[in-house]
Amino acid sequence: MRLQGKANMRKSLILLALAGALLSTTAFAAPRTDLTIGIQLEPTNLDPTTGGAAAAIRTVTNLNVFNGLTRIDKDGAVQPDLATSWDISPDGLTYTFHLKTDVKFSDGTPFSADDVKWTLDRDRGADSKSAQKQLFAAIASVDVVDPATVKITLSQPQGDLPYNLGWGDAVIVSQKTAETNVTNPIGTGPYILGEWVKADHLTLVPNPNYAGTKPALDKVTFKFISDPTAASSAVQAGDVDVFSGFPAPELLEQFKSNPDFQVIVGSSQGETIVAMNNAHPPLDNVKVREAIAHAIDRKAIIDGAQFGYGTPIGSFYPPGDPAYVDLTDLSNYDPAKSKQMLADAGVTDLTLTFKVPPAAYARASAPIIQQELADVGVKVNVVNVEWADWIANVFQGAYDYDLTMVSHVEANDFAAFGKPGYYPNYKADALNKLVADLNATTDPAKQISIKQDIQKQLANDFAAIYVFELPNITVANKDVQGLWVNAPQPTTDLSAISWKE
Amino acid sequence: MAEISIVPIEAPRGTLLSAALRSPSFVTGAIVTAIFVGVALLSFVWTPYDYAALDIPHKLRGLSGEHWFGTDQYGRDVFSQVIVGARTSIAVALIAVGLGVGIGTPLGLWAAAKRDTIFDELIMRANDLVFAFPALLIAILITSVAGPSATNAVIAIGIFNIPVFARLSRAAALSLWARDFILAARVAGKGRARISIEHILPNILNTLVVQITIQFSLGILAEAALAYVGLGAQPPTPSWGKMLADSQTLVGLAPHLAIIPGLCIVFTVLGLNLMGDGLRDIFDPRLQRSRQ
Repeated sequence: MRLQGKANMRKSLILLALAGALLSTTAFAAPRTDLTIGIQLEPTNLDPTTGGAAAAIRTVTNLNVFNGLTRIDKDGAVQPDLATSWDISPDGLTYTFHLKTDVKFSDGTPFSADDVKWTLDRDRGADSKSAQKQLFAAIASVDVVDPATVKITLSQPQGDLPYNLGWGDAVIVSQKTAETNVTNPIGTGPYILGEWVKADHLTLVPNPNYAGTKPALDKVTFKFISDPTAASSAVQAGDVDVFSGFPAPELLEQFKSNPDFQVIVGSSQGETIVAMNNAHPPLDNVKVREAIAHAIDRKAIIDGAQFGYGTPIGSFYPPGDPAYVDLTDLSNYDPAKSKQMLADAGVTDLTLTFKVPPAAYARASAPIIQQELADVGVKVNVVNVEWADWIANVFQGAYDYDLTMVSHVEANDFAAFGKPGYYPNYKADALNKLVADLNATTDPAKQISIKQDIQKQLANDFAAIYVFELPNITVANKDVQGLWVNAPQPTTDLSAISWKE
Repeated sequence: MAEISIVPIEAPRGTLLSAALRSPSFVTGAIVTAIFVGVALLSFVWTPYDYAALDIPHKLRGLSGEHWFGTDQYGRDVFSQVIVGARTSIAVALIAVGLGVGIGTPLGLWAAAKRDTIFDELIMRANDLVFAFPALLIAILITSVAGPSATNAVIAIGIFNIPVFARLSRAAALSLWARDFILAARVAGKGRARISIEHILPNILNTLVVQITIQFSLGILAEAALAYVGLGAQPPTPSWGKMLADSQTLVGLAPHLAIIPGLCIVFTVLGLNLMGDGLRDIFDPRLQRSRQ
């Protein structure tokens, strides 16, 4: 009897202890350390230095897997990264970068000045496959002073060099692994690739060789959801914790009114344009391009396709920049003028092929553009294409399009318009001269004035129809903190993100 | 298809009409179908608004006297789009079924006339081959190779209608070939082709008519499905399937955008099926007898 009582008591004590243990784990539960981020587009590969222009490559890899000498922070300012500091010679032609010394690539290879030289030489070389070669155009030579110091000599002064080296395209890779970075990226960042299930998701896990502060998240999944409806359901169901670049602006009100979610609307560098193929007659005639620009009502597109989320732009420049000038009046909505100009140019029965990539803003804007051009007598054949097709046949290759619509999300990317063989086929002699002047200028006031001239040049040449600046819309679980509001570069800074306790 | 029995004897005309009017499903189906066809025809001469005209300040309005079915995300009048969409649906389905009947029936009749020869085998195995693929898959294949357009949707839907009518005609014709009146015609010296046209075809017509109504409703569904995945009529030509696809993210904000084209599809298909059911009852004396 007594014995049994003792046994019972012991049993209940154990139970009590167990219950206590359970309670304490719930009460003091550490914040979650896994995060699922939804993005609309899957990166085509994971090498930002050779892999093409797709922004999704940088969205996933920049600052997470790879680092550059510098980095662009959430406000668009230049911060040190692999370089701790840099000195500029008085003539502005020599930059000496002092590198971190304890950094290793994720395969264990130590990082040194040789990697910087090798990467930058490859990026600017004749065989470069960099999507943004113009970033490195001013570099005359890269010299290793010692393993922790690199000297970059320019052919002409370029005040933007530290900024340019902070792009996701300018990250430093190891020569040893450069060939395989497309599928197995080896960088210096806090994360490495876990798994990549094509067309579904990829995961990033902590880099065991990372010397810096361990990030709060130990498993990050990027889930690719291109369909706006599916994206919205995934957020609602909690399948993704964060959706960056949320593609359904019509549904934001519903998330705003739900206390379980936070909706962050910031600015991006995304000039959304309707590109016109300047090489296809009659679009080679600037008067015809101007006429078409006058047929497009920006307000209709922003309200109709973007539900008001977007800022009208009149040139290839983001409104948030200090050098911005509002040039929307040059191509104001004026269908009568548009008709008149088309008639004056002798254009009748014009039929244009509008290749629409799967981006939500483009698909939603296409019916409006089609109808507005129909109103001035221009027939538009809307052809929806997939990204691979768009990249291969519109952005590159045959430039097989008359009109297309896309958002250019990199900062200061106006110079790209002047690249030979860039998809709008814009005759850019005047622009290139201005860009050269800009690069040769170190005086900030003069830089601003040249940047304004550049905007005017692009606007007056109607190189494209500049429609709106794409807002950076993020919908997230209310407990996720550290998300960037603005998107100065396509980047997801995972080290800054954590869950609230 | 299997439940349709093949009866060669045509009922006298007067009885047919009165039988039809006594069949509630035929009458209901015919009225619903007539409404949709009427509205589609009306859209050629009149729509309340230009179906493609944008009016973005008045987007996503609900049902009202001004816009009977409200407006869509671009401020376009939904009623105008629905009635022009009816035109698209009906035209695509009609031509596609026409293709199926026009090609399938002669093939089936020929196969039956040349029963157990190499022609019969060739035609029927080719039919099996087309039949082996799910209809929508063929449609997607054709439209993605040839490019999305209403014409290609017609061809795609038409192609999968061919084996349906070929098989039906062959099966119906085969049972007739064994009948005495065909034997009499053969004894009289008529050729197989002539017998097929003069004696077989008139006697399988009612079977074909029933199948046509059913295929017609399937054609409307197929058109909507193709348009939904973006392979049907291209914008700005409205189409019910396209309207459904476009309304997806807006269901919470403006449910009428999804409900209205959805109901149109449901009612048209329902109407056609009821009509087909009614016709089958009327044409099938055995069913009539069992009802009496």
